[in-house]
Amino acid sequence: MKCLVTGGNVKVLGKAVHSLSRIGDELYLEPLEDGLSLRTVNSSRSAYACFLFAPLFFQQYQAAASGQEALRCKILMKSFLAVFRSLAMVEKSVERCCISLNGRSSRLVVQLHCRYGVRKTHNLSFQDCESLQAIFDPALCSHVLRAPARVLGEAVLPFPPALAEVTLGIGCGRRVILRSYQEEEADSTVKAMVTEMSIGEEDFQQLQAQEGVAITFCLKELRGLLSFAESANLALSVHFDAPGRPAIFAVKDSLLDGHFVLATLSESDLHSPELRRLAPPLQAHGTPPPDDFANDDIDSYMIAMETTADSEASRAVPSIPLSPGLRPPCSPDPYSEDNEAEPCTEPGTPPPKKFRSLFFGSILAPAHSPPGPSPVLAEDSEGEG
Amino acid sequence: MKFRAKIVDAACLNHFTRVSAMIAKLAKTCTLRISPQKLNFILSDKVANGGVSMWCELEQENFFSEFQMEGVSAENNAIYLELTSENLSRALKTAQNARALKIKLTNKHFPCLTVSIELLSVSSSSRIVTHDIPVKVIPRRLWKDLQEPTVPDSDVSIYLPVLKTMKSIVEKMKNISNYLIIEANLNGELNLKIETELVCVTTHFKDLGNPPLASEDASQDRDPEQMAEVHIDIRKLLQFLAGQQVNPTKAVCNIVTNKIVHFDLLHEDVSLQYFIPAFS
Repeated sequence: MKCLVTGGNVKVLGKAVHSLSRIGDELYLEPLEDGLSLRTVNSSRSAYACFLFAPLFFQQYQAAASGQEALRCKILMKSFLAVFRSLAMVEKSVERCCISLNGRSSRLVVQLHCRYGVRKTHNLSFQDCESLQAIFDPALCSHVLRAPARVLGEAVLPFPPALAEVTLGIGCGRRVILRSYQEEEADSTVKAMVTEMSIGEEDFQQLQAQEGVAITFCLKELRGLLSFAESANLALSVHFDAPGRPAIFAVKDSLLDGHFVLATLSESDLHSPELRRLAPPLQAHGTPPPDDFANDDIDSYMIAMETTADSEASRAVPSIPLSPGLRPPCSPDPYSEDNEAEPCTEPGTPPPKKFRSLFFGSILAPAHSPPGPSPVLAEDSEGEG
Repeated sequence: MKFRAKIVDAACLNHFTRVSAMIAKLAKTCTLRISPQKLNFILSDKVANGGVSMWCELEQENFFSEFQMEGVSAENNAIYLELTSENLSRALKTAQNARALKIKLTNKHFPCLTVSIELLSVSSSSRIVTHDIPVKVIPRRLWKDLQEPTVPDSDVSIYLPVLKTMKSIVEKMKNISNYLIIEANLNGELNLKIETELVCVTTHFKDLGNPPLASEDASQDRDPEQMAEVHIDIRKLLQFLAGQQVNPTKAVCNIVTNKIVHFDLLHEDVSLQYFIPAFS
């Protein structure tokens, strides 16, 4: 593999690495035909991030030496980030950046050609790895909102940097609401301050969600993508479903696209009755939360991490292949708008617990109910923030 | 009990934000007293605070365009709330570009001071930030501990030097000793002294000026050169100085020998009194 990045794109690449570094400790680099993909996942498998840089992003792009298979590698995020540590320096002095991976050598070589003839060469050791792949399709999410990244960046300003989780929802008057979410300990006497930001519908380029829908996710993990999108002046779209199902945050332009997939807290996570009562302000009066579980093609919406040694399947195609074994338990057709499809569960039983973490491993047997209790949404314990 | 107030003027909002930032630096938890004419931030001299106490007062008219309050009862027309100072400071800091700021006492499953900010927005729609600051309503029977402290009869009263200078000196002294002697006389001289087994360091400030004395007798009896001194915990002094981001309009230090040092500051129209007891 050999890629050459020049000019302002070097900083864009650096910024992307910075935002990925907020999620995971290992960077999966994979040169594909449609571009170079950089991916990472957090330790609890509750957040996945991926950037795909199209061949046109590079001055030169060669995914694999002719006749050879494209090589994949996994590097320590810390090492790769160190190359682009100071974005200010990168912007000021780096003219070209060349990334090459040679099958024979065991190093990923990142060479920065800087001003005044200075050349910095980083030889990073890597591990061969399987393809880190998540299966998800934003198009299948029932709710979407899209706004310039600046709007969302300003929206999270009132929240302290230390705040872990935030609830995003649609409130009365179709206002988009962001509210700080704090797990209340039963015996704590000191209550935390609650901050809420409310933005009018007009600030959004697209708002396809009813009043009352809301999801709770880790804001810290999103901040990386937010700052990337703001600096690149892109629009950020948020695709989400019922609580518990992963939310997809996406940015896109002609040369790159980025996806951050974050797990969301499911209804059963809001175990404190007080919190449940706090939730109503986000719901339109009298509207029960939409019962998407009724129409359950669980596996289509699950984000499953697969390891495949099979190179054909290794392309990170953002579509839902219903691989053998992932047969939908009830309805044969994938997601349909029809809420009257037969529910998989008996009426009156609570909806099946949704995976709260993205599974890495073998394909799950469809007939069984999800294994529970799944690990609780956990923050990346080693992340920067 | 009711309280609602509104600030629309940017300068008033900034000033109020600065006051709350100062309070946040001086006391982790404090009492907010709301009365028809004034707002007070109070820290009473409990052991938990190390004996330090604070009384900050501002006239509500100077800040709020609208102000309505109804106390506990007609005779006791005040509201005493205990809150975490940093919460208020953080909430106000988000009001940098606000069109209007409203504060009111609410009960959202627990008593809160709700700060609601309407932000200026480029687009037509407004953006609203709401902060619910949890508060504890202080019952009537505890109010007696939260009254304005009586200013002690001081031996020496002197104007303070530039606080920033004082702060950088005390910061360096903190590395050498935990205790500091603050002494001053009626000749406009103030010394900050630390004494350890190995070293003594003194910083002398001269020509500071003394405010006119209240009682005639005291001025005649006291030798202007004689120093009145107090030994205090250096960290408490540093905490006080760290809270003063802006140089005050007026700053007076009153010393009662071996008992207490009383700082009396005026930040434009907000008065702050801070008491540090002598280390015993």
